Amino acid sequence: MNGESMENRKETLAAIRTAFPEGGEVIELPGGDIQSFRVDRALLPELARHLKSDPKLGFNLLADVCGVDYPGREERFEVVYHLASLENGHRLRLRVPVREDDAVVPSVYGVWKAADWFEREAFDLFGIRFEGHPNLKRILCHPAFRGHALRKDYDAGQRWLLREGEQDEPAWAHENPEDEDHFETQVLNFGPSHPATHGTLRIVVRLDGEVITRAEVEIGYLHRCFEKMAESHTWNQVIPYTDRLNYCSAMMNGVGYALAVEKMVGIEAPPRAQMIRLILSELSRIMDHIIDVGANLNDLGAMTPFLYMYQAREEMYSVLEACCGSRLTMSYVRIGGLSHDVPDDFVESVRYLLKRIPKLVGEMETLITQNRIFRDRTEGIGTISAEDAVDWGWTGPCLRAAGVAYDVRKAYPYLGYETFDFQVPIAHAGDTYARYLVRVEEMKQSLSIVEQALARLEPGPVIIDDHRVALPPKEMVYTEMESLIWHFKLVMEGMKVPAGEAYGFTEAANGELGYYIVSDGGGKPYRIKVRPPCFAIFQAFPHILKGHMVSDTVAIMSSLNVIAGELDR
Amino acid sequence: MNARDVIVCDPKPMRFWQRFYLIEVGKGLAVTLRHFLGNLFARKYTVTVEWPEVKREYSERLRGRHILLARPDGSPRCVACYMCEEACPAECIHIEAEDVAESPTVEYEKRPKVFTIDLLRCVYCGFCVDACPKEAIVMSRTHEMAFASRGEAIVGLEELMQKGPYEKLDLGYRPYYGAPRTRIELPIPVKAPEPTAVG
Repeated sequence: MNGESMENRKETLAAIRTAFPEGGEVIELPGGDIQSFRVDRALLPELARHLKSDPKLGFNLLADVCGVDYPGREERFEVVYHLASLENGHRLRLRVPVREDDAVVPSVYGVWKAADWFEREAFDLFGIRFEGHPNLKRILCHPAFRGHALRKDYDAGQRWLLREGEQDEPAWAHENPEDEDHFETQVLNFGPSHPATHGTLRIVVRLDGEVITRAEVEIGYLHRCFEKMAESHTWNQVIPYTDRLNYCSAMMNGVGYALAVEKMVGIEAPPRAQMIRLILSELSRIMDHIIDVGANLNDLGAMTPFLYMYQAREEMYSVLEACCGSRLTMSYVRIGGLSHDVPDDFVESVRYLLKRIPKLVGEMETLITQNRIFRDRTEGIGTISAEDAVDWGWTGPCLRAAGVAYDVRKAYPYLGYETFDFQVPIAHAGDTYARYLVRVEEMKQSLSIVEQALARLEPGPVIIDDHRVALPPKEMVYTEMESLIWHFKLVMEGMKVPAGEAYGFTEAANGELGYYIVSDGGGKPYRIKVRPPCFAIFQAFPHILKGHMVSDTVAIMSSLNVIAGELDR
Repeated sequence: MNARDVIVCDPKPMRFWQRFYLIEVGKGLAVTLRHFLGNLFARKYTVTVEWPEVKREYSERLRGRHILLARPDGSPRCVACYMCEEACPAECIHIEAEDVAESPTVEYEKRPKVFTIDLLRCVYCGFCVDACPKEAIVMSRTHEMAFASRGEAIVGLEELMQKGPYEKLDLGYRPYYGAPRTRIELPIPVKAPEPTAVG
């Protein structure tokens, strides 16, 4: 899945060894799904700079930073970095162990800006401090929260009371900038409960007239510590929780999770299951883009396309509901396949959708694409350069709108995407209008993928025939002793995943959705870290805002497609 | 990535009449007018239904409120094996077992003394149905549930048990047997309510 060869690993190793010779504190770990290094924290900043600047390495995308807690070890915590090089397609994992009494790691914010919120998250949930971080404070939990929720010794049942006086305010909100040359400055709270925020999040902006001079975002209102809950459930029981990450395209979260676990177990879903996963994922992508484009237009005052596009979405929901029994929270994927086969009239109804959606997209394009009001409001608004976008860890349509042709489906194909004929849309402006254009084109490409996949849909089983992974068929459970025993064992203990770690990543509607999974060989995950695409995208938002008007905030935010469910987890 | 795999969709420069705006507005109004007339007379593609007079029919896989099925003699099919309680990711099922002293067969020596589901805690994932080895718990297509208090949402055996022939129950998600009862109907049927006599 990660498209990496031994050659690549050797080259990467050689390029690292030019600056960090053998026998030092940068140790290559054998095997693994991704080339991994164990790094002493003192060398981390230097290594990070080398990894980014050496042209042979070129690791320009910091995909994820997360902590893992191993209470038994002398060095209790481990900070895990996942890096990617967009030019040559290498992936790298760095593991930096730290002791509990001295849990300090140098921040890599100076090398990759993407580290900003990811490091804050690791600080919040593990209590690991990042030296040199510009704004190290809690991000997902409330400031009044005590303890660090993802530590293994933290009891999940505790409750903390939020008091009004402890509301988080950025320090600059109370400053009076006297030396600046303006009539009046004002601090404005946008949200947490505001119709344009689409979910609960809070933006604090300082205004000079109507121009934003400084901004900060407070998130975490929807934080339910999915990662902690996952640790106390079996591998399959996590699937309903993944539905609630990006709830606009629930299918893709489940598929990404199942693929990551299947990679660890070393199994593969049957071809029919893969094809159905692919079809429903692409339909979910269209749905997600419909919501995003529709909401973006709605925020700008164009209600009509939003309602027209929702007709297509409603019809897609009918198909999804007929497949799995639920419209939004699908829980359709199981590890090793799907919970059951699609209904008989599935192909027919998807073909109907294929005829219907282009018509509605076309109508929306007539209404909007060359509409001068829309273009005037979005062109040049929320602009980001390609380098900055990569630096901030952007992926998905937002990155492609800035001119970087990176798509996991092409770069590291999964589910057989390499056999499909489709194109990756990009634009160069990097503004709100470009993001709109890319999303519209992506919907058309997804339709073409679905069409090709339907033609290839062959009858067959939809779940792996392996009694250690998948529940046996019901008629066997009712009649056979062995099947009943396996059924009981799987439900009571859950399937076993061999000890180890893996980073599975797929192209979700917002970008790269990564699951970093650590297993201790038991029936429950030891640690699951989700790398939500919009988390990385949204951390650049306060910086993009500077110099824009208040009303542009809304346009920019909805074009970034921030889904609170996956942002806050 | 190959250049062939990339499609560039940079904004097209605006022509004079697009700048002028009025012609574009005319085109847009044509679209809205078509939708308006379509909705007024045909309603073929309308997806909004006049709820609650008209209701959407969901598929027979819909994961709605649970049903505990009964044996022909009226006792619950549940044998209190705790499978569903274990499988539930939301931990909303609570079972207490008791012995059935007068049981005629070894098949069921136990039965649930207490069987409650917290319908507000439930995430309707259907894992309990998958886990049940006796086909005792299935789901119905009832999804409209309202409670006056949280306590009311915790339902027990009496509320969950449904007797009578399966055909009469509005069964939803369950172990899958037989020919399908429902089809995916597209465009979505939105029958207008029967005209009532104006009195």
